[in-house]
Amino acid sequence: MAAGRHEVTVNGTARSLAGTDPATSALDFLRAQGLTGAKEGCAEGECGACAVLVLRPDGVGRGGAGADGGTDGSDGTAGADLGRSRWTGVNACLVPAAALDGQEVLTAEGLGTPDALHPVQHELAVRGGSQCGYCTPGFVCAMAAEYYRGDRHPHAVPDREHGPNGFDLHALSGNLCRCTGYRPIRDAAFALGAPEAGDPLASRATHPPPAAPPSRLEGASGAFERATDLSRLLTLLREHPDAVLVAGATDWGVEVNLRGARARLAVGIDRVHELRALHVGHDAVEIGASLTLSEVGRALAGRVPLLDQLLPQFASPLIRNGATLGGNLATASPVGDAAPALLALEADVVLACAGGERTVPLSGYFTGYRRTVRRPDEVIRAVRIPLPLSGVTAFHKVAKRRFDDISSVAAGIALDVRDGVVAKARIGLGGVAATPVRALATEAALEGRPWTAEVVRAAAQVMGREGTPIDDHRASAAYRSAMLGTALLRLHAEADPSLAPAVAP
Amino acid sequence: MSGLSERPPGAVVGRPLPHESAALHVTGAALYTDDLVGRTHGILHAHPVQAPHAHARVSTLRTAPALDVPGVVRVLTADDVPGLDDAGTHHDEPLFPDEVMFHGHAVCWVLGETLEAARLGALAVEVDYEPLPALVTLREAITAASFQGGQPTVARGDVDGAFDEAAHVFSGELDLAGQEHFYLETHCSLAQVDESGQVFVQCSTQHPTETQDVVAHVLGVPSHAVTVQCLRMGGGFGGKEMQPHGYAAVAALGARLTGRPVRLRLSRTQDMTMSGKRHGFHAQWRVAFDDDGLLQALDATLTSDGGWSLDLSEPVLARALCHVDNAYFIPHVRLHGRIARTHKTSQTAFRGFGGPQGMLVIEDVLGRCAPLLGIDPVELRRRNFYRPGQKTPYGQPVRHPERLVACWEQVLSSGDVATRQAEIRAWNATHEHARRALAVTPVKFGISFNFTAFNQAGALVHVYKDGSVLVTHGGTEMGQGLHTKMLQVAATALGVPLSTVRLAPTRTDKVPNTSATAASSGADLNGAAVKDACEQVLDRLRPVAAERLGVAPDAVRVTDGVVSAPGSDATLAWADLVHQAYFRRVQLWAAGFYRTEGLHWDSTAMRGEPFKYFAYGAAATEVEVDGFTGSYRIRRVDIVHDVGESLSPLVDLGQVEGAFVQGAGWLTLEDLRWDEGDGPTRGRLATQSASTYKLPSFSEMPEVLHVELLAHAPEDGAVYGSKAVGEPPLMLAFSVREALRQAAASFGPAGTSVDLPSPVTPEVLWWAIEDARHRPRDHGLATGGPGRVPEQPHPAAPPLRPHSERAARATSERA
Repeated sequence: MAAGRHEVTVNGTARSLAGTDPATSALDFLRAQGLTGAKEGCAEGECGACAVLVLRPDGVGRGGAGADGGTDGSDGTAGADLGRSRWTGVNACLVPAAALDGQEVLTAEGLGTPDALHPVQHELAVRGGSQCGYCTPGFVCAMAAEYYRGDRHPHAVPDREHGPNGFDLHALSGNLCRCTGYRPIRDAAFALGAPEAGDPLASRATHPPPAAPPSRLEGASGAFERATDLSRLLTLLREHPDAVLVAGATDWGVEVNLRGARARLAVGIDRVHELRALHVGHDAVEIGASLTLSEVGRALAGRVPLLDQLLPQFASPLIRNGATLGGNLATASPVGDAAPALLALEADVVLACAGGERTVPLSGYFTGYRRTVRRPDEVIRAVRIPLPLSGVTAFHKVAKRRFDDISSVAAGIALDVRDGVVAKARIGLGGVAATPVRALATEAALEGRPWTAEVVRAAAQVMGREGTPIDDHRASAAYRSAMLGTALLRLHAEADPSLAPAVAP
Repeated sequence: MSGLSERPPGAVVGRPLPHESAALHVTGAALYTDDLVGRTHGILHAHPVQAPHAHARVSTLRTAPALDVPGVVRVLTADDVPGLDDAGTHHDEPLFPDEVMFHGHAVCWVLGETLEAARLGALAVEVDYEPLPALVTLREAITAASFQGGQPTVARGDVDGAFDEAAHVFSGELDLAGQEHFYLETHCSLAQVDESGQVFVQCSTQHPTETQDVVAHVLGVPSHAVTVQCLRMGGGFGGKEMQPHGYAAVAALGARLTGRPVRLRLSRTQDMTMSGKRHGFHAQWRVAFDDDGLLQALDATLTSDGGWSLDLSEPVLARALCHVDNAYFIPHVRLHGRIARTHKTSQTAFRGFGGPQGMLVIEDVLGRCAPLLGIDPVELRRRNFYRPGQKTPYGQPVRHPERLVACWEQVLSSGDVATRQAEIRAWNATHEHARRALAVTPVKFGISFNFTAFNQAGALVHVYKDGSVLVTHGGTEMGQGLHTKMLQVAATALGVPLSTVRLAPTRTDKVPNTSATAASSGADLNGAAVKDACEQVLDRLRPVAAERLGVAPDAVRVTDGVVSAPGSDATLAWADLVHQAYFRRVQLWAAGFYRTEGLHWDSTAMRGEPFKYFAYGAAATEVEVDGFTGSYRIRRVDIVHDVGESLSPLVDLGQVEGAFVQGAGWLTLEDLRWDEGDGPTRGRLATQSASTYKLPSFSEMPEVLHVELLAHAPEDGAVYGSKAVGEPPLMLAFSVREALRQAAASFGPAGTSVDLPSPVTPEVLWWAIEDARHRPRDHGLATGGPGRVPEQPHPAAPPLRPHSERAARATSERA
């Protein structure tokens, strides 16, 4: 493999990765370099104290690739090099340092100094946005990512989660502060102006990010190799069936940090270009398995409304900037949030191996607790969502906390209601069984029946008996079942009244 | 006004300043203990071997296999302890236990060249355990009569007589859960030994002196051989008052034995599974009201879950019992307290220190009884407020009760409560699936350590020849802004600009024998000590200035660095004055000291006047509840809080807001769960990481948060007229819980009384809504006199007499 010099550019200075173990996180690497601004608060991507900025391709452009598909049938591709880049917040505790080979990284230290504060730092400092200060560098980075977001524009009418400057408070939903109660941090965020002309970081983003060539780093615990094309990836998989595939490392990083997992070979697949395509065709939307959820959301630009309901509820932006649909389905957690939505969308999984590809319906993909039909030599290349989409969709997630929590139960619902009758019902459930499941009995109780309160009540009772929920620290089995039972009631109460039958049956 | 509280013209206190380290925080330049690792050569890393049982005997411990792991340098065990094998001050917490007392208890520690080597070494250590029966829940411990420590009683009046005669009697129970501190910075210590054997421990500790004490007794050396420094903490909240000591001692022991620096930083899961938390409580109570809703009597037994060792459980329990009354006068009172011993982490101090748990009992009583009495909860609470001249159940006069009324009336007005209540009624009438509710609750919180001896502090103020000032004091900075306030106090006391003063990190070799930075008292105690030191220096400078200005010494004023006197046109720059004083051989530094006067407390009788004053506040919170899921949003919060005359308004505002949200987290979201089953993981903390234990995030922030500090409320007994602020506002969050209760009740018919355990998670609230909808009469309370008498303590139950108090008594008796 290409050797290279194994360097990361941090705050404009090249820093060698030589001697860094593949299991070392970007956070530990930075801290060992003396850059101790980023902190470890939880080591699992929940608190954001470790947040840093990485320069990533800006794959979504106005009028650019991905925006022209669908209507005229021509394929659109997201993730293409638009010649611009985006300062992207990530949890440094999860990203392997090796994955940053050749990349540009910014930390709080690189944004400003005590004598020359960056605007984000200034607003936080003067408004009482820091108390103990431990979470603060992470907040600074997450806030700076939003500050530099190219499509941040002042809203005509700010709402409770958007400032008059267009700042989306969800940008900070992956950062925890135990001291301030958040109000001064919000006020700092909403007080930010636009980057000044000539702001070096804004200027930098008008150019492409650094290339991500193949790279391999060896160390005591094993090796990390970044693959950049599918054939190399599949070769590696054939030769090393125990290899761990790592895109954003949002799950693998937790395994490494909290459970001591180590890989003989970890393969970075976030830059495999065949896994980073998004096509909108006549009969399907195909989403590359290594596109981050943030990229998917931007590239789809509202074409799949159910995903637009799902994505803001999926972890936090710091996680969504790394997490992928491929990763969420490969992990196959019964409480992963992508599966219920994709089951409702009747998605297929495209599996690739050295010998070729096969497509399996997601409803037949899960075989047991964290087990799937995917063979060790296979990679999820893409997720395919058939078109046309049903018109009535909802993603109901029940959790203790509204931002960045794991579901107690989740329901993806897609209904095709025509002339007041449910022509088709597809419902995916998470958190009610060892795998994500379809609510088949509920679907049957709805299909062919009028969209009335009476029918919905009856179907809701059926749905309350779906699956075999368990008691755990997130919720009781009884509450999980109860929440299944109220999901359709809520959807019916909130749905457009024009869906109701024109004439009462 | 007393000299302590009087504020000079042009005072630097009272100005709204950002945190003194804000520019360092936001740039990542602020250093925390673990940030020193990369700056320290030849460091070793410590990793624990944690037991996988809630209760077990360690039959054999084989450390040799660990030493075969590359990079492992040493395994620390009980055999290595030259002094006392104890992590605390009660001698009930062996540092290297032979009996595992909770799931995750560290039985030994491995030192490695890297953390990875230490981790792998810890995996290689072979331990044989002989499992023993374990008590995991509080109710299991109560049933088994597993108690520890004293069983105090606060009593006043004729309780049984009052219940016999009362118009309305209700009896109930309450289970309220504890809380994980979740300071963003986990426990961390870095220990070094110098050429003369002196031990230097940098530690994230709220109580450097006690960390020093414990390190010294573990090493078997005098205190003068140990120095503890705390640069700053990434949050403490009480969790670093007593808990850091053992970890510091392990690091120090490792450094002593290897001659190399040792770093011990807990991962989040290690921190959550090993360190203590806020105590959960169980309460049984019966209460009597007259026909007007006035409280007549309260009889309650509070049992706290102390975990495996005593730690601070006794003073926490004492403070709980001293706060059950909250803002309300109750003529006849009997409050028993007990501490259960369970096989869990040793529960400890947490912001409020038992006060919140005690106050939650009476707020729960009022919230549940108001609908049954047919009295609006706002009115019921207001009617029962203390009036001038009344005393608390433990005998302390309640000074300034009119300030509580002022807070209350101001919040009703600024929160536009009456209008909004009407709007909410109208809104609820038109929304089938959602409800809104608005609740108002008061706070009265006693300030001072209950244990009188702790109410002392020291400071060291150096004035250098160039006029610059260096302040050291005994308090620690954990984000609460203490250092900011101390800079303001020093600048005010000396009359110099803020930029003239710098603050040095807290170190035991600068200011000895300090109390914990706790009980909200950091600014009161250390501020008075800093002021005392500054005034000593200033008094020595006055004659020098007087001579130059041609005035009498006591006419000399220093304001904003300019020395002047009424009647003299001449002025003198501060730096010139200092420079001249040096050449006249004037001592330019001073040690300041302060002790709070007028306090006394008998913890055996549970009577006295333990508090210098009370902090007051009131909050009005509006919530919206979703009837489909039980999820909720905090729509608006209005707070009026009494901080006296604020030393630093931006800091105090931050304390009020942050405490409120932390309190709301405790009451609604944060959900500690242990494995209570009989399987092999019995006693394991199920919520041991950030992904399973959820703190408030942006989504819990009130959409509108409007805080006012009560105006014109100087506190005569405290430095520059200020009041303590760290803990009291946490309990303003009771208004969230009560609003949720009222919202749930509104799904049922009028008069529905809702029973809520704590925390009120969405699931808990959803079941409460279901009960209100379908079983509105089933409110879980027994009604009618004389009520269900709470479990009474055994006649031979030991009195509450903390070790520290026994020591003080023994000393005074000898003297």
